[in-house]
Amino acid sequence: MRARIWGCRGSIAAPGPETIRYGGNTSCVEVRGDDGEVIVLDAGTGARPLGNALMREPVSRVDLLLTHLHVDHLEGLGMFGPIWSADTELHIWGPPSPVASLDERIATYFSPPLFPVHLSEVPARVSFHDAPRQPWTIGSVTLSAHPILHPGATVGYRLESGGRTLAYVTDHEPALGTDLDAVGTSWISGYALAHDADVLIHDCQYTQEEYAAHVGWGHPSVAHVAAFARRADVDRLVMFHHHPEHADDDLDAMRGSVLADWPVAADRCIVAAEGAEIEV
Amino acid sequence: MAAPAAQHHLVLILARDFASRLATPVFLVDVRGAVIYFNEAAERVLGRPFVEGAGMEADEWGRLFAPTDDEGDPVGFTELPLGVAIIERHPDHRMLRIRSVDGTERRIEVTAFPLFAHEDECLGAIAIFWETPED
Ligand SMILES: [Zn+2]
Ligand SMILES: [Zn+2]
Repeated sequence: MRARIWGCRGSIAAPGPETIRYGGNTSCVEVRGDDGEVIVLDAGTGARPLGNALMREPVSRVDLLLTHLHVDHLEGLGMFGPIWSADTELHIWGPPSPVASLDERIATYFSPPLFPVHLSEVPARVSFHDAPRQPWTIGSVTLSAHPILHPGATVGYRLESGGRTLAYVTDHEPALGTDLDAVGTSWISGYALAHDADVLIHDCQYTQEEYAAHVGWGHPSVAHVAAFARRADVDRLVMFHHHPEHADDDLDAMRGSVLADWPVAADRCIVAAEGAEIEV
Repeated sequence: MAAPAAQHHLVLILARDFASRLATPVFLVDVRGAVIYFNEAAERVLGRPFVEGAGMEADEWGRLFAPTDDEGDPVGFTELPLGVAIIERHPDHRMLRIRSVDGTERRIEVTAFPLFAHEDECLGAIAIFWETPED
């Protein structure tokens, strides 16, 4: 499997000179399975350039896995090229809700007056799926989705193929009310998704000082990310969902904080950057 | 593909966290009735620390705390609020007498309800209880 980062900013897009190295687009990761499957993780503003690239190939089937429906993970869908092509078979997966279907919830955003076109009117052949409770497959990739700690229905994903594992766990506050170093691993939100992963892409929104004022907002501090990576015994950590106010140099400093708490070889902890390719 | 790592459902993680912050006794069981967690307030009433009680099956903790009604007749698991919550999948409430591990008999009032992650997925049940004076 290969992953490519198209957007790694959290909350709201943050373009500008201070974010030029790591990028300002919101969450979107392209994953290619060993048999060429096209799996897209979240549809933040990074979905626009990804869609352009996919239209140049072109691809016929795309599976979009949404972690949740907060706007920074959905706002790129309307500008995602393949959705405007009748040749696209688009499968959208997302967290189940007891109240409304996935397409109804997406259409809350993808419909007038917030968007000029209603979701049901796009040319692509779109089908909607609640992320299954049991593992399922897309071609050669086996996927699992589990609910994780974040306000509203939110899931993380684990993708396995050819003996390699990628975990995508963003918008996640595993330490809410929990001492990650004191509890058994079975009591850690997201643990089963991330356990033993070759690559863990994880939310890294706050510094330690910032977290103190944002407990319960659904995002971790650098210390929580380090503890989570250590407890889950991951090989490589990709720090993701950067706070929009964090400049490139701030992110470098946060990586130093993670490595101080999780002392591993420096190449095992990287800051997600737009355009970065990750061989899982 | 490696076997999935054992992990409790997020609903149970949150239920345990919630219980751990309450001053009221709370008892949390899985869908078979085995103990997942009880908080410090429950430890005081039951006379047993959670570390010793974790994983106890329903028949085991049922025997240990020997619940009876006000007449002293034994109350089986299926008649306990937690049993009703697990088996019949609806809330239940009643008075019980239990014997804590140190032998003290206590009269408690128990409310239990099942924990559903989805309409068709029951993960366990939670009981909240408190000591109540003799009528
Ligand atoms: Zn987000
Ligand atoms: Zn979010």
